[in-house]
Amino acid sequence: MGVNASAIVSNRGEQENSHIAMAYFEDAVKERVEAVQDFSLLAGQSLSNLFSPPRYYADTLLQADLIGVGSLPIVVLIGFFTGAVLALQTSSTLQQFGSLSLTGQLVALSMVRELGPVLTGILVAGRNASGMASELGSMKVTEQIDAMRAMGVDPTKKLVTPRVIATVTMLFFLSIISDFVGLAGGWMISYLLLGLDSNQYWTTAYQALRFGDVFMGLSKPVVFGFIIASVGCYYGMSARGGTQGVGRATTQAVVSASVLIVVTDFFLTKLLMQIFHY
Amino acid sequence: MASPAAPVEKPSPSATNQPSTLLNFEKVSIGFEQPVLQEVSFKLARGETKVLLGEAGTGKTLILKLALGLIKPDSGRITVLGEEITAMRERDLFSLRRQIGMVFQESALFDSLTVEENVAYRLIEETGDITDEIHQRVLEALDFVELKETYSLFPSELSGGMRRRVAIARAIITQPQVLLYDSPTGGLDPVTSNTIIELVVKQRDVYETGSLLVTHRLQDAFTMASHYFDRKLNKMAPVEPGSSRNVHTTFVILRDHKIIFEGTAPELLRSHDQYIREYLS
Repeated sequence: MGVNASAIVSNRGEQENSHIAMAYFEDAVKERVEAVQDFSLLAGQSLSNLFSPPRYYADTLLQADLIGVGSLPIVVLIGFFTGAVLALQTSSTLQQFGSLSLTGQLVALSMVRELGPVLTGILVAGRNASGMASELGSMKVTEQIDAMRAMGVDPTKKLVTPRVIATVTMLFFLSIISDFVGLAGGWMISYLLLGLDSNQYWTTAYQALRFGDVFMGLSKPVVFGFIIASVGCYYGMSARGGTQGVGRATTQAVVSASVLIVVTDFFLTKLLMQIFHY
Repeated sequence: MASPAAPVEKPSPSATNQPSTLLNFEKVSIGFEQPVLQEVSFKLARGETKVLLGEAGTGKTLILKLALGLIKPDSGRITVLGEEITAMRERDLFSLRRQIGMVFQESALFDSLTVEENVAYRLIEETGDITDEIHQRVLEALDFVELKETYSLFPSELSGGMRRRVAIARAIITQPQVLLYDSPTGGLDPVTSNTIIELVVKQRDVYETGSLLVTHRLQDAFTMASHYFDRKLNKMAPVEPGSSRNVHTTFVILRDHKIIFEGTAPELLRSHDQYIREYLS
């Protein structure tokens, strides 16, 4: 009898534990689904705002300056050395097959199709998604966003849409600049260290690029720019828990934006390769 | 405190065409895991001030946010200026909110904007820039709160009391029909608190704006119920005993998710409710 009672008690205890675990799992899933829903709504709203007034041109220009001009030095630096190291790393392999002359082609294709947009995207994510999350997060926790809503101003129109437009536009141009300085970095190594002819380098680089490559290189920054701004703004607008919450939102924004860029890059590349029959 | 002459513009003529009830809460309930408000009902008439009292966490600030449509109730109806906001979409609420002023607990001033840009925020939204007319209106609103000289400063350069007064200037610059004050004197010294309350009384008596005021300071609530703004002396003065002057101020006390008292100051003082007597003591 005593054994049965303790068995029943232990059985009930196990059932309670499994209920608690189930409830915890359910809450965690609901939280994730809600976060995806909120993010989708914010991202959708930031785009639909483009078609209805008021439009904040001054805010958009200010953000474009902060994102575009502000990120330029670091994008140039990283782009140049990426191109240079690419030429340096691949030269030994190419030399083994007697194809050192294809260095320009290799650098051009790698920079334009992949490294230019992705590296620039990750750099801008680190620099600006964090800035957006911390700025909007601080406004959120000090009730400034509520104050904005209370005064009849739509925070998504005033704060999110200008950042999305500015990031998409600026990342597009920053990627082009990164591609070009990357090629210049590759040329510097090819000409100074590998002894390749300048004309040969630039000609093979230019001739290697097809419409599909350029399209791929120019469409990616548009998608990445949208990811950076919408993720940064989402984490900022949903920050809570004081300064610690703002710090958490900033970190999450950078991590999520960077991961999303890399994952999206894979699917986008796959899709575009199919479209352009690579 | 001798206040400067009542500035800014008179209440808009359209205000007289509006319904006499500015706010109407009908059986409003809301909770976050635990219930906070359950079937709360009250009305705010034009020119009336309701002082919301209660312990921390009883949902006083929540009532202000519900009135603005910043948060939606779980059930019940909220009517603001004749429009039911409970089922309104956020984008439709923006135009309605422009007729309501809110003073946040921690002021919620935009820290990257100057005092002038903060006070003129709503007006800049309409014009896109600070025009001469807007500048003049900002100075008048700042003069109302006696901070005319601070227009070029940033909020971080002001004291807590000054920030609260700038927040009041920001709320009144468009002469809204309803004003919501969330603990405007919270954390301030008695002298500054009195200055703020005088501004609230002035707004009530000069512009006859309907308002909800959340406070933890009973002293402020009773000052509002026992004083009026004397336009001749240009300062707040006590209502003389036996006077028939109506200060249009009623008290609402919240407890256990519900309103346990609604009435005037004398009615509150006459209450035999054990909790209210303890609360007042």
